[in-house]
Amino acid sequence: MKSGTLLEFDMGYEIKLDIFEGPLDLLLYLIKKNEIDIYDIPIALITRQYLDYIEMLRTFNLDLAGEFLVLAATLIHIKSRLLLPVEEDPSAQEEEDPRAELVRQLLEYQAFKEAALQLDSRSVLERDVFARSCPAAGPNDPEDPEVFTEMDVFDLVKAFQQMTGRLDKTERMEIDAEEMSLADRINEIMDRLREHKHMAFTDLLAERTDRRWVLYTFLALLELMKLRMIKAYQGESYGVIRLFLAVE
Amino acid sequence: MEEKKAIIEALVFAAETPLAVERIAEILAGTEKAAISGALQELAREYEERKGGIQLHAVAGGYQFRTRAELGAWVKKLRTARPPGLTPAALETLAIIAYRQPVVKADIDRFRGVDAAGSLKGLLEKKLARIVGRKDVPGRPILYGTTRKFLEVFNLQDLSALPTLRELKELQE
Repeated sequence: MKSGTLLEFDMGYEIKLDIFEGPLDLLLYLIKKNEIDIYDIPIALITRQYLDYIEMLRTFNLDLAGEFLVLAATLIHIKSRLLLPVEEDPSAQEEEDPRAELVRQLLEYQAFKEAALQLDSRSVLERDVFARSCPAAGPNDPEDPEVFTEMDVFDLVKAFQQMTGRLDKTERMEIDAEEMSLADRINEIMDRLREHKHMAFTDLLAERTDRRWVLYTFLALLELMKLRMIKAYQGESYGVIRLFLAVE
Repeated sequence: MEEKKAIIEALVFAAETPLAVERIAEILAGTEKAAISGALQELAREYEERKGGIQLHAVAGGYQFRTRAELGAWVKKLRTARPPGLTPAALETLAIIAYRQPVVKADIDRFRGVDAAGSLKGLLEKKLARIVGRKDVPGRPILYGTTRKFLEVFNLQDLSALPTLRELKELQE
């Protein structure tokens, strides 16, 4: 899917420029083009060509990602290490080829690149093969006809306000002897969600009406949403907010 | 068994998502799971031999009727909205997540040599990747994994159905 562009240089020759996925992609391309053994890369040659490419990208004012420069620096660093005299010390034999780390990275990248092509060559749903109905999006329970839309914190705050409006307004000030921690409430909610798969926001709050408890419940929900441990969905405007585990 | 096979065929047809053997066993109480699997495989073979437009695929831990891949170009005309495909960058990122999950973003970046933020976001939106938790290291970075939808979209029975990286390498050589 690479788009090739024909570029003309001042020097009068033409180069087919591929748009590369990244610096490793470019390096692999150069290795393939020069028919080089990946385990024995002539660093000077490859660095030269690599820098030429970067220079060319720059000439055309292409937005050059910093990662390309990082790899250029790595190549030059490797070359400089290769230039250092090899010590005759027998223990020096243990020393790794300066190119080894780069080769490892290249081989890994090559493997994933191949894996990506392999994935793409499969019979992809809605591209090559089609099912009778497309799989429902989201954590939609097939047995639950409600359609959910994702909600943000503000929707949750609004629901909380509606909830507190219903609370007993004549509640007297009391010194609460009960020790409650946010962590406890978080754990309780997670336990209940694990048990029930999903719960209505109102059910969770309706259990008790004392302000402190409701507040802790709400704080726990906000914290869980922030940590992306749970997700909140709503079927329609002003509908019931349902909470799902984000992590199975 | 012939009648049961017909029931199973009807169930798979009527189900909205790939139907698991376990689910069929719940409905057909008293039928061995092995017998159900056998019937499903027999059905798959029958559809295969028929060489019609439909095949029975084992996908995402269940069975689903799907159109024959060679007919994709025709069926596509039926769809009004063309689903946006994945870019090479997104595919690479997805491959890394699939093979290295659970994996943190820093590792994805390292494997690809570029920042994966954009493609990662796209994969999360398409629900092909998901957050599976947080790594217990300083900073508690988010761990990513693939979803059930990933298996459905890429026609995979489960993650073990992916060729190993070693196999891919041999394939290449």
